[in-house]
Amino acid sequence: VIAHGNSTLHVRNHRHRTRPPQSARPAPEAALEAAGRTTEHRDFREASMDRPILRTFIAYVEDRPGVLNRVASLIRRRAYNIESLGVGRTHLKGVSRLTLVLEADEDAARRLEANLYKLVNILWVRDVTHTPCVERDLALIKVKADAQTRAQVLQLCEVFRARAVDVSPEALTIEITGTADKLDGLLDVLRPFGIIEMVRTGMLVMTRGAEEAEAKLDSWPVRAVENSAA
Amino acid sequence: MKRTGAQILWEVLVSEGVDVVFGYPGGAIMPAYDTILGYPIRHVLVRHEQGAAHMADGYARASGKVGVAVATSGPGATNLVTGIATAMLDSSPIVCITGQVSSKLLGSDAFQEIDITGVSLPITKHNYLVTDVADIAPMLREAFYIARSGRPGPVLVDITKDAQQASIDYEPTTGEVRLPGYRPSHSARPAQLAKAIELIDDARRPLILAGHGIVKSEAMRELLAFVEKTGIPVASTLLGLGGFPATHPLSLGMMGMHGEAWVNNAIQESDLLIALGMRFDDRVTGNLKNYAVKAKKIHVEIDRSEINKNVKVDVGLIGDVRDTLRSLIPGVKQQDRSEWVARITDLKGDSAVRDIQQLPYNEKLYAAHVIHDLWRLTEGKALVVTDVGQHQMWEAQYYKHDHPRKLITSGGLGTMGFALPAAIGARFAKPDEEVWVVCGDGGFQMTACELSTCAQEGLKVHVAIINNGYLGMVRQWQEFFYNRRYSATPLLSPDFVKLAEAHGLAGLRVTRREEIPEAVARARATPGTVVIDFRVEQEDSVYPMVAAGADLHDMIRRPSPIVETGEDP
Repeated sequence: VIAHGNSTLHVRNHRHRTRPPQSARPAPEAALEAAGRTTEHRDFREASMDRPILRTFIAYVEDRPGVLNRVASLIRRRAYNIESLGVGRTHLKGVSRLTLVLEADEDAARRLEANLYKLVNILWVRDVTHTPCVERDLALIKVKADAQTRAQVLQLCEVFRARAVDVSPEALTIEITGTADKLDGLLDVLRPFGIIEMVRTGMLVMTRGAEEAEAKLDSWPVRAVENSAA
Repeated sequence: MKRTGAQILWEVLVSEGVDVVFGYPGGAIMPAYDTILGYPIRHVLVRHEQGAAHMADGYARASGKVGVAVATSGPGATNLVTGIATAMLDSSPIVCITGQVSSKLLGSDAFQEIDITGVSLPITKHNYLVTDVADIAPMLREAFYIARSGRPGPVLVDITKDAQQASIDYEPTTGEVRLPGYRPSHSARPAQLAKAIELIDDARRPLILAGHGIVKSEAMRELLAFVEKTGIPVASTLLGLGGFPATHPLSLGMMGMHGEAWVNNAIQESDLLIALGMRFDDRVTGNLKNYAVKAKKIHVEIDRSEINKNVKVDVGLIGDVRDTLRSLIPGVKQQDRSEWVARITDLKGDSAVRDIQQLPYNEKLYAAHVIHDLWRLTEGKALVVTDVGQHQMWEAQYYKHDHPRKLITSGGLGTMGFALPAAIGARFAKPDEEVWVVCGDGGFQMTACELSTCAQEGLKVHVAIINNGYLGMVRQWQEFFYNRRYSATPLLSPDFVKLAEAHGLAGLRVTRREEIPEAVARARATPGTVVIDFRVEQEDSVYPMVAAGADLHDMIRRPSPIVETGEDP
């Protein structure tokens, strides 16, 4: 589902909480794409400011030992549970990028961002919870499928635009990419067949538009720090 | 030049201006101890590594420079932990250098191996594990830079034994350290400054809350200029004491849990709080819900994560306090705020008669008397290092500090045992100043072994033990909140006079107020460290007191023979 970032994020953010009343299920992608951002969504966002919701942070970090530990420790200290954490190299030498999803209210999120900034090895942080984003999660799902059920499973995969990457007499391994909701949806329909194992990358997020995530890392921008102060 | 890692270590320290380090040798740091003899650095042998970290901290706070502690791996490193945490919570710039087992043994539970970078991760501003000799110089230079810049703090550098032993061609580098992700300096935005100036000009009952940042950024002159132009009275945090002259007419004194009653009441009545380099700690605010509800707030702070952390502010000025004050001073209007100052004087009300100084003489020795007399006898010029507890609060109330870096105390972490080692460190920073330790009988015994260090180094430190036979602050809480059940607070101590003598030092005992001047005179005339055992009233309490979590104006007051009870205003 390539949905408008904002809308999709809101839906996802409330997976484990109360769902926004105005969008009970994720709408089909084309419809959402066309709809853009509605006032309904904006109202909802304002109302959600002081409630804990899932927040998404992007951070550029130095690619060296112990950095992930520092980030994790900072979060652990505040007793937040990490919902998802994806880390990998970037096109810049010595720079890794991480996408972090956790549940926090607006205040806690702002403090977390400020504290992440204080880590010496963190180059740049941004809370993109309320920013239009493309978000992707990748899963490999090994599901039971014999000669009788294989066709059925493959048909379901087709609907979700997932593909089989490994096949054996007893099982199929499916690769699916998409939003967390899409992955959950496939998982729901595959569960009756018997899931043997599953692995997910965690959420990977990129802001929409031409801006290169403001990652002008050679000029090391200090993000408008005053934003956090009133 | 061919140099071993152990040599490079000291060369970097010398180039950073280090002339004294506090430490304790051991297996994994022996290469470094072997080479130190060739460098112009004095090594002070401590009796416990916690003392080394506190000494580095005391040195840093007294001098404004970076203090250095050295320890071996394993237990040497873990013993530093309390001292590092103390420095972290009070933003004190120290660099701790620890030896580590050889890199190929890392993670193997080798003898005296502990993951000290892991252990110290949440209590350091940053830390390094150095396994390659080539990294020693750059990482140490970064460590010093990080420790002293921005909001200062402790940095630990853990160097494996093989990195100390290995050799490379070493060329000293100079110039600024550049760390891509580290941005220690900010300056407040013009729009925010303008907003702050508007709030200040419009305020009728403004107050300045002066914190440790005033001292850290050397903003004393700027604060004075700001106050004299705006006529705004100044309340101080515990660590802010001395940042503004205590005897200045616009100095109100300390705020918070054991702050002066009129200061806390003035905060609750004010319409604008200008917080300078302080962090609205819970010991300062009491119940946040009812904290200064009528006041708008301006927060000047170098660490942006402090802004809006505890108290929501109207204007946050992120930057160095001194620079920010310099930007504010030309913009603010000259004002006469004598009406507001007169109101605060009214708020003092019966505070004076409740003061322990006003109690009719009853032959008992009160801690407040000891501190007051010490202040008088030293003409307020001593560098006082306090421990943690009742005596710490009495010192803050009764010793008037007119100058910065004259009160050194563990504020944030509240580390008992801090005073004696920190005073030793301060002594090295300020060899010409009169250094007094004021501590309790409990805290003193936590690090009393450092008396031996004083003796070995030939140091002169005056130690005033406020001895009440209790862990006094806990006893006070038990009296107020736990129905006087004195669980584990009565304390049997050794004979402190004999203890001093056993170290080859002088010990004195004072049991009556009239003996104080002579004891102080004798201590000052004695060449080495002197311990004075002040046997004070056992069950005295620190007043006023805002109970933990209570509203700031809801204070327990000292019962007074003139005022009826301790429960009113």
